Order: sequence, then structure tokens, then C-alpha cells
Amino acid sequence: MIEVAVVATAQMPNVRAETLRNEVEMLMPVLQEVRARAGLDRTEIGFTCSGSTDYLCGQAFSFVSTLDGVGPWPPIQESHVEMDGAWALYEAWVKLQLGEVDTALVYSYGKSSPGSIHEVLSRQLDPYHVAPLWPDAIGLAALQARAVLDAGKATEADLAEVACRSRRAALANPNAQLRWDRSVEQHLAEEPIVDPLRRSDCPPITDGACAVVLAAGGRARELVERPAWIRGIDHRVEPMALGLRDLTSSESARLAAERAGVGEGPVDVAELHAPFSHQELILRAALGLEDHPNVNPSGGALAANPVMVAGLTRIAEVSQRILDGAADRGVAHATSGPCLQQNLVCVLEGDR
Amino acid sequence: MADLVLPASLQGVEPVRSVRTPARLEYRYTAGEATTRFLRGIEQRRILGERAPGGKVYVPSRGADPQLGVPTAEQVELPPVGTLTSFCVVNVAFYGQGMEIPYTSGLILLDGADLPIMHLIQECPVEDVRIGMRVEAVWVDDGELAPTLESIRYFRPNGEPDVEVVQPGEGVTW
Repeated sequence: MIEVAVVATAQMPNVRAETLRNEVEMLMPVLQEVRARAGLDRTEIGFTCSGSTDYLCGQAFSFVSTLDGVGPWPPIQESHVEMDGAWALYEAWVKLQLGEVDTALVYSYGKSSPGSIHEVLSRQLDPYHVAPLWPDAIGLAALQARAVLDAGKATEADLAEVACRSRRAALANPNAQLRWDRSVEQHLAEEPIVDPLRRSDCPPITDGACAVVLAAGGRARELVERPAWIRGIDHRVEPMALGLRDLTSSESARLAAERAGVGEGPVDVAELHAPFSHQELILRAALGLEDHPNVNPSGGALAANPVMVAGLTRIAEVSQRILDGAADRGVAHATSGPCLQQNLVCVLEGDR
Repeated sequence: MADLVLPASLQGVEPVRSVRTPARLEYRYTAGEATTRFLRGIEQRRILGERAPGGKVYVPSRGADPQLGVPTAEQVELPPVGTLTSFCVVNVAFYGQGMEIPYTSGLILLDGADLPIMHLIQECPVEDVRIGMRVEAVWVDDGELAPTLESIRYFRPNGEPDVEVVQPGEGVTW
């Protein structure tokens, strides 16, 4: 196994709507920043992999024109996944395992503002029996939240605690979109918008972008003082039909965490991609982090939820803490699909 | 797999061979800074390309130079005159076309540009259209000018002698 590390990260400050710049224009500064932090020129990137979905802007193959931002001519080694950027990182990690190249650029961008994101997300559902009903993303999450509450696995106050803590943590995150200091009582005083979810249990609609540079073995040590080594990475998927799943737990996340080795050492920090408040509780249970004191110090997806980006951002947040020396070992999680359908878990560690 | 036993009510019924599930999504497209500059120019009968630091001139620019991955920021006004670098004759009617067939779609490399634009070729019988033909833009009337490429109705031969066309990629150095 070839050792691979995150050596640099960059994020665009998350916003509700980026109305002036198109996708490639908003992505370019992030790409330039991440390469500069890695100390790599455009021509020194061995492999490029991106994650995005054309459904967000409603333009077929829009990701190809966005690729102009990396300078793909003359031709480069490149790939794209119609997934969150965390899965693009997984593909880049596999590519680096082949040993042909020793650096990779991973980026993702998501501009949800041009369309109606809750309707757009319904297009990923079973096209025969579910998508024709146009269930919106909040409605599906509310089905899951109701199941969690009904099973006695959490109370509405528990959900409120997650939401309040996340927005409070986001006060220290310059890239966050929603940040405030409110009490659980203030949260519970809101009327539910899709019962049992209150507006504050839901993520914001966000435009954003994130990029990381990966490097293998000695190359990573040449580039930065303290690479964030990927010690384990695994992703798993639940059945597509919501009726076949136990929505109150996440077997796929549990299995991915086990395979990635989450429990094989102390966890200093965890970033869990939980767009809705109840989902953090499901993920904590799946990853064995029920009472962990340092989950989502960035504010998580409740503070900024750029679709296709928020998972890679979790890896970037944990990696940056290791690169900076603020943490030694951390866990990053990404999700995709309705009600935590797909889950990726990545364990990162710095040299001590 | 075991044979499926259908309830009596479903036995012998005509199978469902297809399902129609219409979907419609609406978007407010973000043109972006570079495309906005181009479209505002078109509104004034001006074709504005953008020069990348490497020297290439793109029209219309999406904002990024694919050779260097950097913004294109220097505006270059291009003449509404260029050379046909390729074309096709459309003989098939399709939904939303609004054109009488046969007609010609062409790639037009405006003088001073490094990237051709696609547009209609008219005022020329389809059998006379050829690569290397010199063409000029025919604009809509002043009152119809808008931030859209439809402000150019089509291109037509401008009477200049044909020129030799360098295909994309030929003679390119990096």
C-alpha cells in the first residue's frame, strides 16, 4: 500500500447565492490557492479528479467547461465523478496506489442557487416509483427524523442541541454561511416546517467550492512539514429503496468506519457530513462517537451545505487541523443520496 | 428464480411496456463575469473576445483559459468578419428547430480569434458552402438588439477570396 496524504486544502467562503461568477470563475481562485499552498505548479499535478453534478446548473456536461480552470490543454490525466468531491478524492487515492503519479488535485464545486435544489435532488431517486412523486429533500429527511424520534433514539431537544452547537461552532469558521449563538429553548420555540423538522434543523442552501492536493509517500514529506496521512478510507451504500432500510441507523456508515479503522486509535476531531440535525446522531452512533466532545468544530453541513462539496470539505477541515498541528488523528465522513444513502469514512493522521 | 404467481386479477392483463414520468426543472442561469461582458458587447453590435495571458483570444470567453487555467481579463474587440473552418448541412427536421431545411451550420473563426463560434450560414446555397469561405455577420435591427447571440441573425459570404484554413491543433505550439 502506497502512503497517501492530504498536503493542502482550500475553500471558497460559502454563500447563499453566487450571482455574478459562473462555476469556473468561482472555482479558479480556490484552485490557485490550493496549488500555491502545496507549492505545486499546474504542470506538476499528476492526476486531477473532480466531483460535481450538472443537475445543479441544468447544463449537460457543464463540468467539462469548468475543467478549463485547471488548464487541461495540452491534455492531462483527469477524471470526474457525479458524486460529492469526497468520492473524487477516493478515486484519486486509488490512482495514486497505482504508483504512476505522485500528486493529485481533487476539487468539487456546487452552485445550488440557479435551480430549486429540493426538486433537483428528487431526480436522484428511484425513477419509477419515487421520483414521479417529487418528494423534496426536507420531506425525506423528516421521514427519517420522525423514525428516529419514534424509536426513542433521540428527542427534539437532542436535535436542537446538535443544531445550536453547530451554528455556535461556525462563529469561529470564516467560511461558514450560517452562524449564531442561540439556545435550545430558542430553537424549540420555532414551529416545525416539515414536522418534526424545524427550519434550524435543516441545512442552508449554499454555493461553494473546495479543493485538496494529495501526494504520495516521500513527495508528501517534501511538500509540507506535516502531511495529513490517509490511514484508512472506505465507502458503502444502502439499498436504494427507502422502505428496505432502517432509517434510524446507518449500517453502511458503521461498516465504512470499521473498514477505515476509526476505532483503532484515539480520535482528536471528527467532521461528520450531516446536513440535518438528527443525522449527526445517527452517524455518531454508527462511528462509535456518541459522546465525543469534538464533532464538527467547523459547524458542519448545518453551517454550510454546498451540494457535491460538503463531504470533501469535511476531509479538508480535518486535514487542515492535522497540517496545522492542531490535531494528531481525525475522522472525516461524507454522505450522498437521500437519508444518508451512501457513506464514506476517512481516517487521517499526522506524524508524531 | 421461481416462477412468479400473479393474483387472479393480474393474470392475462396487458403488460406495462413503458412509463411516462415527465420532469421539468427551471433554472436561472448565471452567465458569469466574462460572458456578461461578451453579451453586453453584443447588445451594442460589438463582438468582444478576451485574450489570455498566453496570447490566445477566446470568443465568447467563459472566463478561463484552458491552456493556463487562469482568468481571461483583457478584452479584444473583434471584427464581425471571419473564415468558415467547418460546416454541416442540416437535412433533418427536429423539435424546436424553427428553420427551413436544408440549412447550414458553420464554425466561424473571426479574424483575430483563436476559437471559432458556431452560427448559421445563409444567403448562400448549401451546395456552395465551403471551408475557407470568408463570411460576415448580419445583425438584427437596432430595436431588436439584446444580450444574446441571436442578435446576429446569421453569417453570409462577404465576397472576399477564400483563404487556407488551419484546423484546430495544427501549428499549435506550447
